[in-house]
Amino acid sequence: MSLQDLMLGAEVWRAGAASDFARGLPSGFPQLDALLPGNGWPSGMLTEILIPCLGIGELQLLLPALARLSHGRRWIAFIAPPHVLYAPALAAAQVDLSRVLLVHPRATADGLWAVEQSLRAGTCGAVLAWPAATDTRALRRLQLAAEAGRSWGVLFRSGQPAATEGSPAALRLQLVPTPGGVDVYILKRRGGWPVGPVTLDLGLDHAMAMPASAGSCA
Amino acid sequence: MLWLCLHLPDLALEVFTRGAPAADPLIVVYGRGGRKRRVAICNAAARCHGIRPGMDLNAAYALVGALQVCERDEESEHAALDRLAAWAGQFTPVVSPTPPQALLLEVAGSCRLFGGVDRLRELVRQGLAELGYRAFLAVAPTPLAASWLAHAGREACVSRQDALVAVLATLPLACLGLAVEQGRTLGGMGVRTIGDCLRLPRDGLARRMGPELVDIFDRALGRIPDPRPAFAMPSVFTGNLPLPVATSTVEGLLFPLRRMLFELEGFLCAHDAGTCFLTLSLHHAAARTTQVGLELVAPSRDTVYLVMLLRERLERIALSAPVEEISLHVTDLHPLAPRNLDLFAPVQAAAEETLIERLRARLGRGAVRGLDQVAEHRPERAWIYAEPGCGMAIRNGSGRRPRQSACAERKAEGRKRPLWLLHEPVPLEMRDQYPYLDGMLALGRERERIEGGWWDGLDIARDYFVARSRQGARFWVYRELSGEHRWFLHGLFG
Repeated sequence: MSLQDLMLGAEVWRAGAASDFARGLPSGFPQLDALLPGNGWPSGMLTEILIPCLGIGELQLLLPALARLSHGRRWIAFIAPPHVLYAPALAAAQVDLSRVLLVHPRATADGLWAVEQSLRAGTCGAVLAWPAATDTRALRRLQLAAEAGRSWGVLFRSGQPAATEGSPAALRLQLVPTPGGVDVYILKRRGGWPVGPVTLDLGLDHAMAMPASAGSCA
Repeated sequence: MLWLCLHLPDLALEVFTRGAPAADPLIVVYGRGGRKRRVAICNAAARCHGIRPGMDLNAAYALVGALQVCERDEESEHAALDRLAAWAGQFTPVVSPTPPQALLLEVAGSCRLFGGVDRLRELVRQGLAELGYRAFLAVAPTPLAASWLAHAGREACVSRQDALVAVLATLPLACLGLAVEQGRTLGGMGVRTIGDCLRLPRDGLARRMGPELVDIFDRALGRIPDPRPAFAMPSVFTGNLPLPVATSTVEGLLFPLRRMLFELEGFLCAHDAGTCFLTLSLHHAAARTTQVGLELVAPSRDTVYLVMLLRERLERIALSAPVEEISLHVTDLHPLAPRNLDLFAPVQAAAEETLIERLRARLGRGAVRGLDQVAEHRPERAWIYAEPGCGMAIRNGSGRRPRQSACAERKAEGRKRPLWLLHEPVPLEMRDQYPYLDGMLALGRERERIEGGWWDGLDIARDYFVARSRQGARFWVYRELSGEHRWFLHGLFG
């Protein structure tokens, strides 16, 4: 096999050819799109989002892409969401509720099974999951399932250890809350090196008034 | 007219052994009430040990100690033949069971549809193998000729009436199923085959053997009509299958289940229908029957698909005892278009439900839902679980999508709603009248007052705020306007 043949094969990735990636789903945030391979969220791959806690705008970040996906034919599956996904807020963000699929498995193993099935089925545009615990093997299975079903898998993981351990996910982001939105650190991406932070304004800028008597506590 | 006859030589045995791939030595015996019990038929394993039909039961026991003995059950043979007739309805509307062991299909009209008579015969043969039946298949222009050929084990395909005499001539008289004395008389005359019989003078034969015999030959050769009663297709499917060996493994159950679902597929094909609800009953020797219901989002009849769904269901079920027999009951038929052969037709729509059904089969029906919103002021009542895909509310049952007035929509735009709502508002600790959660919460300046619900007695009066925690999470909190003015956490701006 000559070098030429080797370079033509899909197995060899060259840093200079980062633009070869399949076009991603526009995230709705141009600053973020510029850093993502394929200029958008990677369809057919697993995205891991590491968050310190719930409620920092982690869903808000995905909403523009989800709204766009929901107008297609495929499902948007939410697997084991930690709280009630509030329908009026989704509808206000232009997400078509008839494409939303909620799955509430009882056991962790069932949760991972449901994520894998949904990714692999090919009928889900996006699969968002809040797994209680995952290991590298499970993540690799999910990554393969996402590739097989051309589905965008998103795993939300909280806790610090997740950031340091390796992961087969194609894209890993870490979110850090800021007063108006979030700082996005890209920990891993295909065809690039870790970058960040990108500061995104999620429109959460509510003028905060500390209780006068409690200012010193915060 | 062209008749296809399915002759099932081993039916008496197969009604017992169809439930498992291969069995230990098993025989079916006949003779009850003081008469000597003899082997009617035995399976291959028993034959290996030297057991033969007609053998005395004790002799069979002497050959194989661990012998499974079944009493011949003509009722279930009859039922099996009827179910087979219902299954064969997918090939032709004219089906006529001919007990004890044969089934006649009139196939002149359906040959073209299935690509010729040979192709049709091959399809039937493959289907029968899937169902667990061994059969001889013969085709002839008259039902009697087809039956005789199949009974004699000649898999001939005669399509022209004038060729019949030559083909039938070589058949032994035994396949006519004559009375014992008649057979003996003819044997005494040196008549061994149908050809011998046909060569005899017609009037002499009628005088000696009775006019019925001449009639039979006339019907077989198509000289006089031979109408057959058409099988009345049942409108519901009820199938049962005894397992030769009681099993409690999923794999052990799937084998007979696949056979039964294949039978169901034929039945549904004949009705141009699919089903949305299957009831599977697993019968145990002593314990109560285990009922498994499978509900589908869209009608289906695909064996592979239904097996896949039932496998997920069965894997979740803890069986109280080994299963002795399974039965399947389907009453709910929905019209289903014949197989779609359109090259460009999207297969997406069908697959869409596949995922839901697959998830439901394993996780339970309630674990997979859709979402919808309701025009309501009270935040906890402004959403509802719905059937996935249709955005239809489950609880009000009306199937109407709650419509928001333009006014309400405009109002909603200005209001900030969190993406996460807690199932129940969580009371917050208070310090100096202000909420505290791992540190003081920073409250937003905007306040939204929500009051309402006096009409159904569940009224609320709250002031909602957006709050920010020390970690940076944004909460949706409220203070009660009445009572103790406590603070609650109600949502998160995810």
